[in-house]
Amino acid sequence: MSFPKPLAGDWLVLIIATVIVAALFATLWHNEQAGKVRIRAGDAVFATLSLAQKRILDVPGPLGISRVEIDQGRVRVASDPGRHQYCVKQGWLTRVGEVAMCLPNQVSVELLGEGKAYDSLNY
Amino acid sequence: MTRSTIEITTTRDDHRVARLAALAIMLHLIEAILPSPLPGVKPGTANIVTLYVLYRFDFATAAWVSLLRVVAGSLLLGNFLSPAFVLSLTGALCSLLILRAAMALPRARFGAITLSVLAAFAHIAGQLLVVRLWLIPHAGVAFLIPVFAAAALFFGTINGLITARLLRENVGNA
Repeated sequence: MSFPKPLAGDWLVLIIATVIVAALFATLWHNEQAGKVRIRAGDAVFATLSLAQKRILDVPGPLGISRVEIDQGRVRVASDPGRHQYCVKQGWLTRVGEVAMCLPNQVSVELLGEGKAYDSLNY
Repeated sequence: MTRSTIEITTTRDDHRVARLAALAIMLHLIEAILPSPLPGVKPGTANIVTLYVLYRFDFATAAWVSLLRVVAGSLLLGNFLSPAFVLSLTGALCSLLILRAAMALPRARFGAITLSVLAAFAHIAGQLLVVRLWLIPHAGVAFLIPVFAAAALFFGTINGLITARLLRENVGNA
């Protein structure tokens, strides 16, 4: 199978189009690194903290203590008294908008950036 | 009982448009059956027919073939006037608009690949606009733009290459 070679103008169009596609990926797929974490317990905000630190917090809930660990730009729920351990299994969160919820213990951690990113939970 | 017959006089051009539109509709239907990893990402091979007609005949014939394909294709698929049809029509109209404009480019420098890529981008740009304004009015649609643009570039290039090859191999044939 041989195809006619693209003409000079075709190459120009292809190059420009490739640059545009790359620029679209770069601008629309920026995975913004989170700067802050908001921890909620029940219906109240327990703490809003910078991610640029190493710290372990014990967040009380109806079942007991959920341990939240902040580690230089990332955060995780290290341990939780809930049955399913979904929030613990989620592991480290790094990007804006990521949320880990320990529903039985009513504790959640949410990553925040400069502006609040929308997701299906708050839209 | 008198038999009534309706005579429609058709020209050679009508037959040609119908034949080419039939080919485009066939490609349209085949693509509708093919599974796609992301709804909306399709090769758009029917556009090869539109481009070929544009080169071999004229813009008016290409517009006929393209729009007949959209309407007849939707009737066959059963989605006439549905959102899928509106998207299909928007894409076809945007492609035709940019093809009309791109005809002004010098033929010696810009070939079928240019037209195909431009048409693919116009197609997806029009569709994404409709999706954003009407079907999914949510900023999250922006997340899909790079994927669709990449698909438009990829399939636009391939369809352009195929069109260029068809034009080379069928010199003087309809």
